[in-house]
Parts: sequence; C-alpha cells; structure tokens
Amino acid sequence: MVDLLSDSKQELLLGNEAITRGLFEAGVKFASTYPGTPSSEVGNLLEEIADKAGMYFEFSSNEKTAMEVSAAAASSGVRSFVFMKHVGLNVAADPLMTLTYAGVRAGMLVMSADDPSAHSSQNEQDNRYYATLALMPMVEPSNPQEAKDFIKEAYEISEKLGLPLLYRTTTRVNHARSVVKFGPLKTDTPALGHFEKDDPHFVNIPAFAVQNRVRLLEKNKLALQLSEESPLNRIEGSGNIGIITSGVAYCYVKEFVSDVSILKLGFTNPVPEKKIADFIRGKRFVIVAEELEPYLEDQVLRICAQNQLNVRVYGKRDGTLPREWEYSPDTMQRLRVLVKVKEPAVPMNKTQMQLPGRPPSLCAGCPHRGIYAATKKAVGKTPVVYCSDIGCYTLGVQPPFRTADFIICMGGGAGAAGGFAQATDQKPIAFIGDSTFFHAGVQPLTSALFNHHNIVMVILDNRTTAMTGHQPNPGTGRHFGGIDTDAVDIEGVVKGLGVQFVRTVDPYDVTDCVKVMKDAIDFDGVAVVISKCPCPLLLKKEKRLEKKVCVVNQDDCISCFTCVRMIACPALIKKGEKVEVDPNQCIGCGMCRNVCPKKCIEVRE
Amino acid sequence: MKYSVQIVGVGGQGVLLASMVLGTAAMRAGYDVMMSEVHGMAQRGGSVRSTLRFGDDVYSPLEATGAADLIMSFEPVETVRALPLGNRKSAVIMNLDPVLPGNVAAGFETYPEIGDLIKEVKKENDNVITIEATRIAIEAGKAVAANAVMIGAVAAVKSFPLDRELLKEVLLEKVPPKAKDLNAKAFDMGYDAMSKQ
Repeated sequence: MVDLLSDSKQELLLGNEAITRGLFEAGVKFASTYPGTPSSEVGNLLEEIADKAGMYFEFSSNEKTAMEVSAAAASSGVRSFVFMKHVGLNVAADPLMTLTYAGVRAGMLVMSADDPSAHSSQNEQDNRYYATLALMPMVEPSNPQEAKDFIKEAYEISEKLGLPLLYRTTTRVNHARSVVKFGPLKTDTPALGHFEKDDPHFVNIPAFAVQNRVRLLEKNKLALQLSEESPLNRIEGSGNIGIITSGVAYCYVKEFVSDVSILKLGFTNPVPEKKIADFIRGKRFVIVAEELEPYLEDQVLRICAQNQLNVRVYGKRDGTLPREWEYSPDTMQRLRVLVKVKEPAVPMNKTQMQLPGRPPSLCAGCPHRGIYAATKKAVGKTPVVYCSDIGCYTLGVQPPFRTADFIICMGGGAGAAGGFAQATDQKPIAFIGDSTFFHAGVQPLTSALFNHHNIVMVILDNRTTAMTGHQPNPGTGRHFGGIDTDAVDIEGVVKGLGVQFVRTVDPYDVTDCVKVMKDAIDFDGVAVVISKCPCPLLLKKEKRLEKKVCVVNQDDCISCFTCVRMIACPALIKKGEKVEVDPNQCIGCGMCRNVCPKKCIEVRE
Repeated sequence: MKYSVQIVGVGGQGVLLASMVLGTAAMRAGYDVMMSEVHGMAQRGGSVRSTLRFGDDVYSPLEATGAADLIMSFEPVETVRALPLGNRKSAVIMNLDPVLPGNVAAGFETYPEIGDLIKEVKKENDNVITIEATRIAIEAGKAVAANAVMIGAVAAVKSFPLDRELLKEVLLEKVPPKAKDLNAKAFDMGYDAMSKQ
C-alpha cells in the first residue's frame, strides 16, 4: 500500500487514495462516515492511518450520525470531513439542511460519491441538487489529481463562507487511478476545539432560524463572488463553439473533442453566472456536457435568458446527450454532427455464441446461503413477501434463492415489512444485515412492535460490514485508532425493545434453521431470528479461517442434487450425474453436508 | 503516443494487481496514466474489467469501444465477451484456464468448449495469442503465479511500449518478498511462451 503520509513526489493513486492524501494536505483533524461504494476506500484508509496523522476518525452507525459528529467538530473550530455514497446523503439530509443555517466555525466538507450507471447502487440520483437545496457551496473534481488538490481549495472556500461545502465526486473519479503529485502536509490546524455558545446561530428555534436564513442567503451572494473569481472555473482553448462541462465528463470532452473552447467548472454551486454569460456571448452555439441531470444546463439556459443571449444550447433538454447512465468516450460520438470528434474505431463484433452469465453472487461458504436455503424450505407454499436490504444479501435475488422481492434502501425492507403485513395477506420476511440493523433497522423494528405487525425479521449477522470491504460496525466493537469498545449485542438490543420471539441460529446448521424459521413464521407478532456466523472473506483476510474442505463420498451419493439445489455453493460442481467439490473454493463449512439426505459429504481437516 | 489496455477476467484472478503493475511501469516510463477499476458489488465473483490508458495527453479513464490496443484476458469466456472492446488489429492475450460461473457449476448453464471460444476470437481478430497461464505457473512453482505469467506475456507483445525489465522490476516490488523468485521465473516463462507464438 502507498504511504499516504510520506513526502513522496508522486504516486499512482486511486481517486479515493488521492482524496485521503488531500485531507492531510488540508489539515483535516476530524472525519466520519458510514461506508458506501464508491466512497468506501477512504474509510478503510483512515481506519489504518488517521491516528498517525493526528486525526480522529470514526465509522458512525449511519450517515446522519456521521454528519452530526462532523458538524459538531466544525462548529467547535476543528476542520472536519464527512463522506458517504450518494444515497447516504439522503439519510444525512435532515441535519444538513439546517446545518447550513447554523454555519460552521472551521472548514467542513461533505463528500457525496455519486454512482452514475449504479455500479454498486440502487439508483443514479444526482446529488448536485442537494447543494442548491441546502444553499451550500459545491466543488466537483474531474480526476484523482484534482480530487486531492481541490480539497484544500474547498476548505478555504468553506471557511471564507462559514458554511459546509458539498464535495461531489462520481465513481469514475473515486475509482479512477492516475499519477498524483503530492503537496506539503498541513500541520498547523487544531485537533481540539472549543464550542462557544452562540444561540442565534446554533439554536435553530423559529425566531433564530428565519434570521439565519437571511444570513445564509447573504453568504450565498458572497459564494457567487468567490465562484466568479475561482481558479477552479477555467476556460481552455478558443473558438466560437463552446462546451461547458464539469466532473469526469470534462475528461471525455478534453480528449475526444477538438477545436472547441471549454469552460471547465469545478466550483459548481453557485455557478459563476457572469463568467458563463461572458463565455457564451458571441459563441455560435454552446454544448453542456455533464453526467446525469441537466443541472448545469438548466442554469446555463436561465443565464442566457437573464442576459438576453440568443445562443443555441445543446445538451440533455434537446436530446443531444443522454440523461441516463455514466458518460464515456463513446458518448462524445453523439456530438459528431456539431463538433469535431475523434474517429471511432471499428469494434470486433459482439459474439453470437451462447455465453454463460457471470453475475456477482454470494461467495462459497457464505452463511447467507444457509439461512436463505432454510427460509425457502420453511416457507414452503406459504404466501410471503421477501423484503430485503442493501448489502451482500441483496445477492439473494438470484436463483435458486430468489429471496429478495422488494429492495429500496437501507432499513427499507424492515419498514416495508410492516406495510405488507397490514396491506396484504402475505407474510413479510425482512432480511437485514448486522451493520444495516444498526444503521436503519432498529427504528422499523420498534415501529413493528408498537403497531403489532406480523413480521419476521432475519438479521444476517456476519460480524462485519462485508459488501463495502469489511468495516467494523457497532455489532463488532471498535478496535482501531487507539479506541477499544465492546460489541453491542444484537440479541440484547432486540430483547430490550421487547420482542418476544428471539432466536439466534447457526446458518451452517440448515436443518436447525428450518425448524426455527417455521416457528418464526407461525408466530403471531414480531419474530426476530439472528443468523450469526462470520463472513468467510473476513476470516480469510484476517487469517482466521481454519482450512477445511468438503469431500463427496461418491459411492454413497445418490445423485439427488439436493446440495446443489438448496445451497448452490460455487464450490459444488455438477459433473454429469456426479457432484464434486472444488477444493480451491470450498472452505469446508459443511452446509452441503448438513442438507445431504445420505450424509455422504464429509468435512476434512 | 497513446496506448490502451483492457484487462478482463473474474474477481479474484488478479486483474487489479496486473493493472497496478502495468500502470506503475507506465508512470515510471514518464507517461501520463489514467486507469479505471471496478470495486464493490462487481467483485463478488462477477466479470471484472480494468482499463489502463497511458501515453501523452491522456485524460480519460475509460477507452472508446473498439479502441483497445491490447486485450489482456485472464479467462476464455471473458475474452469472447470482451471482443467489442478491441478491433481486428488489437493484440489479444487469451488465458485458456476457465473459471466456472456459479450457474455452470450448479448445472443450470453450460460452459462452451475452449476450442470453440478460441475459434470465435480468431474469427474476429488476427493477433490472438493463447496461453495456459496456470499450467505454466505450476511449472514455475505454484498456480498463484499465473498473474506473473500473464504480465510476462504482455511484455512480449510486439507493439507494447513498455520495457520488459521495467515490467519485471515493478512486478517484483508488488509481490511478497518470499514470492519474488517464483514470480520472476513465472514472468520469464510467460514472456518466452508468448515469444514462441
């Protein structure tokens, strides 16, 4: 791993590594997050090195809490950084909307890592609108070098305005990798602050809030002035055709379109109105190239109207460029009729061969396989709705499990379960992860108890936040950065709320899980089943996995394929009328042996 | 000069390590480098792709369809799936070791014959070179060095602009000290296997 605290001149950095380095170059002393791709690596890095850099860092239980702890630090004079994926900002939106009213005393950045094309997400929302909604400044880098450099600039903007700043990235910035030149580390910022009482700012009762709004609007006027003067908004090239662009879209324009003048915007709320008007004036026409929503384009159209500029604007509103999915060099070909675009290559033909699919799937020995297999068996023909959630267990959507009928957001399955219980005659079964339970699962469980919803909640406690790269969560306790805490006991929490039916099961014992799930489904009221077993990937990473392997005794095997049908473990390979185990993938969990009617699978040390 | 490589395979095969080695070598050679990687959900046993572009005035982290100079593929089915990334003239390195998708293992889908997959690539491309990276790695000492075999093979691609010794040096920096000899040997064997074709 690259040493992000070194005085190295340049390194080949992932966008998220560059951002992390940027924090140290900006003297940030407080950071918080809830993990979410494409922002996750920043948290994993800070878990390792924040302490060494004199920075406090935490994984909060959700994005809202992460926003609040960082808000407190910045309000006390400590530079803070809160980061999350785009949908995480929905969770944190409540504190953010009023935090801008209160303002901050030291710089605070809110990084929203958006995911056009939804590589690892449930939607493609464009979070730039949060900047206009919360009336906060926004900065958008285009590549890893800018992702690092703009952090420093952004903190200066945040402090000049006394406002948190939205630092908006996308997957192809966070997960791009390029040569990044390092700058000096900033060491003169305080790690310890002091909160000065100031009710008119920090106590947003109605009488103060209305005044704060007036002050916030004034700050936005100053922000506009900063944006007009900012070097983050720059013009490249000349000519009478203009392209206005931001984020990674700039990279595609820069390399694949020629003979145009580019207005490259990095400070994108407020947009520099005068600079844009001056850029457009005298142009034959203008193209706005941005991913997702016509955020800049609509403002360009408004600026044209306000300045009586009769210049044609091409973009999403007229259908020239797409509004869905991330951009790429191919997207630039849509501009061919307007500008000079690099000749496309003649690609090899897409094959007509029938190729097997390769969707992401649950790992070999994944404990989720066991509890899903058991649930299916216990359910039988009972009409159910499988409410699922955000995490590895989302992969239960695939056959043979198909245990995900409804997925909207974190905690959303548990909440929806209550609605299905009341509005349908189907039994809702809500799957949720351990980290997700602490993130947004306790509240819907409480509500289900309160309203006597007939639901089963299955907490898939794999002792980590697996999908995003194995971060700790309240259920594991914290053991980094010089702080050690006890794990919060999920069973204790559930019982403490007053749930009457609580069972903890071992998902590798599928037979036992079937019995427990049957009882849970029959229970009148809220039933909670905790499926507790550590993620094998985590055990491998921590070198705690005991090496075992399953072997099929071919003489006794009756080729019923129950193991393949129920568990569908990638280590079980059907070869003609036989089942074999791939010893490279198998972890020897024994789930297949457990379901084998002939018990002809053996687990060997 | 600009050169682009599309590295394809399956999560866990070492696509990311290979792209790091090639990218770092390009940086050392003084080129602009832009790469894009797949993280998160896509890594759970799914198809994985990493794009590496280097040369002068490189800005874009993604390559245009059909424009790859080299397709470096760790897996036969993934090679065929990746064909539209390159064109008739692209160099193609095709590892012949299959990784069976879950649905194939479970008997729901079938894996095509390797020979048919090779034919399919040859139909579209004049420069495909096949390699049995795992077999060569086992010969070198251990199956895990298949990655080094593949990187050695890339060094032997005629139009590839980075120096063989530089690639080897960077590779050896990125593997654990204990595995240096193994990887050096695997790299050389990959280079030789490729040069013979």
